[in-house]
Amino acid sequence: MTTREDIADSAVAVPRLGGLTLRTWQRVLTIIVLLIALALPAVLKNFHVFQLTLVMIYAIAILGLNLLTGINGQFSLGHSAFYAIGAYTTAILMDRFGVPYFLTLPVAGIVCLIAGFLFGLPALRLEGLYLALATFALAVATPQLLKLSILEHWTGGVQGIVIIKPDAPFGLPLSQDRWLYYFTLAILIFMFLAAMRLVASRTGRALKAIRDNPLAAKAMGIDTAFYKSMAFGVSALYTGVAGSLGAIVVQFVAPDSFTFFLAVSFLVGLVVGGVGSIPGALIGGLFIMYIPNLAEQVSKGLAWAVYGAILILVIYVMPTGAAGFVRLVTGRLTRLMSSNR
Amino acid sequence: MELFLHQLLAGIATGGIYACMALAVVMIYQSIDHFNFAQGEMAMFSTYIAWQLMAWGCPYWIAFILTIVISFIGGVVIERGLFKPIRNAPVLSHIIVFIAMFSILNSVAGFTWEYTIKSFPSPFPSQPLFNNRLIGAHDLGMIAITLILLVLLYVLFRHTRLGLAMRAAAANPDSARLVGIRVGWMVALGWGLAAAIGAVAGMMIAPVVFLEPNMMLGILLYGLAGAVVGGLTSPVGAVLGGFAVGIVENLAGTFVPVVGKELKLTIALVLIVAVLMVKPSGLFGRAAVSRV
Repeated sequence: MTTREDIADSAVAVPRLGGLTLRTWQRVLTIIVLLIALALPAVLKNFHVFQLTLVMIYAIAILGLNLLTGINGQFSLGHSAFYAIGAYTTAILMDRFGVPYFLTLPVAGIVCLIAGFLFGLPALRLEGLYLALATFALAVATPQLLKLSILEHWTGGVQGIVIIKPDAPFGLPLSQDRWLYYFTLAILIFMFLAAMRLVASRTGRALKAIRDNPLAAKAMGIDTAFYKSMAFGVSALYTGVAGSLGAIVVQFVAPDSFTFFLAVSFLVGLVVGGVGSIPGALIGGLFIMYIPNLAEQVSKGLAWAVYGAILILVIYVMPTGAAGFVRLVTGRLTRLMSSNR
Repeated sequence: MELFLHQLLAGIATGGIYACMALAVVMIYQSIDHFNFAQGEMAMFSTYIAWQLMAWGCPYWIAFILTIVISFIGGVVIERGLFKPIRNAPVLSHIIVFIAMFSILNSVAGFTWEYTIKSFPSPFPSQPLFNNRLIGAHDLGMIAITLILLVLLYVLFRHTRLGLAMRAAAANPDSARLVGIRVGWMVALGWGLAAAIGAVAGMMIAPVVFLEPNMMLGILLYGLAGAVVGGLTSPVGAVLGGFAVGIVENLAGTFVPVVGKELKLTIALVLIVAVLMVKPSGLFGRAAVSRV
């Protein structure tokens, strides 16, 4: 019996790089990154561990946006709203009802799934630019809605809600920040694997078909309305879980943390990482976490101008994001290697 | 009734601001088939240029015209310098460059002219016209200028060869190039025009909301709402939509209890979504038809 690897080996067309197939390279890289991720907290200070935890949280949120934009082809400038809903769900459950933090994650996810699905229904009628506008408005309105006086009893109004940082369970000898780092890492791995399965599944193919040609997809019998709203729902679920983790890690939610600026950051992360690429979300998370700090170090007064300049530079060098750039480079390298042989 | 009339006229006055912005939004959409998120910041920057010219002793109308010319050139330069090299990049990459422009313009304006609020002069008399007590002279002047702009644009786009070429370049670049239109320059011209209109909008709006780097953020959203309500393909619709948004905002703010002051921006959201649900191409827009 021949396995898939045998067939791949016997085929001539499989591109190789340094004797290994690209797929093997991918696996090796994944394992190296995982090992580094596991080892990092041991050598870093608490504050840097905290920053890396935020990177992973942003990566989950960007992955959510990627499922919507990269896989299903719908724009959103309003994902800060779902991030806020996730964060507030967790904060309210922990603060008002004393629910343990890990139990709030699935609740936040489900609340966001429903919210996203419901927003996805009217969004069905909108395409491209119009959808971007509607979600843009959603992002701008979110902080105002959270400050609304009739909701103040729950949301804490402008002041927001302070929550208590959880300790490591079972008496593990880890600081709170390190424990949350590993907790987030576990969730991140779970969410990434789930996203890969989803994209590779029948549903994933349907979503991509809708992205590439909605009319043809409809003609093939794909229920576009259902899949499009569901894509919104699942995307909101991812972002909501990220928001929920964010609330736990930062220990604080307030309306002004969830402005339009956050939604724009997610979008920047998505494009820089690579639209449609799942590992790209991690690059995006790193970018939106560290580049603003870097820009501030270059010049305090003009920090955002520096940030903008870096952004333009990145788009010039890699118009299709980091993932597209890697594809381009590996493509060139394999061709170079095979022509040398 | 007195209160209603007052609010209605106040709505028309603020609506004039939104109409100005909506017009700029629709203009750039018509000529480049994209929406420019940095539009508001470009207008803000132009207004600062006008302020600087006046601070150097330029009389108002000379500064006004100089600013329009500078903004026009600025718009063309931005297109040629920033967007031409990435013409073939995906749409999302363009949006990221818009965002980058937004943060650069905002940051540079704040750095050069500081974040303190500045007052900006109005070219119109401070006494209300005809001694009425309902609407100020500046509001009337602003509405008049918006309408003049609208007429000029209408003439340009409907009755000149250049306008026709610009429309063709936006609607179907490939065919336009085949009949000898220089599509690249038409797009650059569209940017220049949009920047110039934005400059006018900024200079009209600044006396009302005062000059500061973040003055355009809320207004851009309302302008967008106006443009979408009226239809992104119709300049007339955009202007009417801008007025409609202003009126609805003021009336809802006065007469609907909880909404009141707290949810003014949310009204824009509800309006956008509501109109798009009923009529996705806007009240006055044409539905886009594409060949399969």
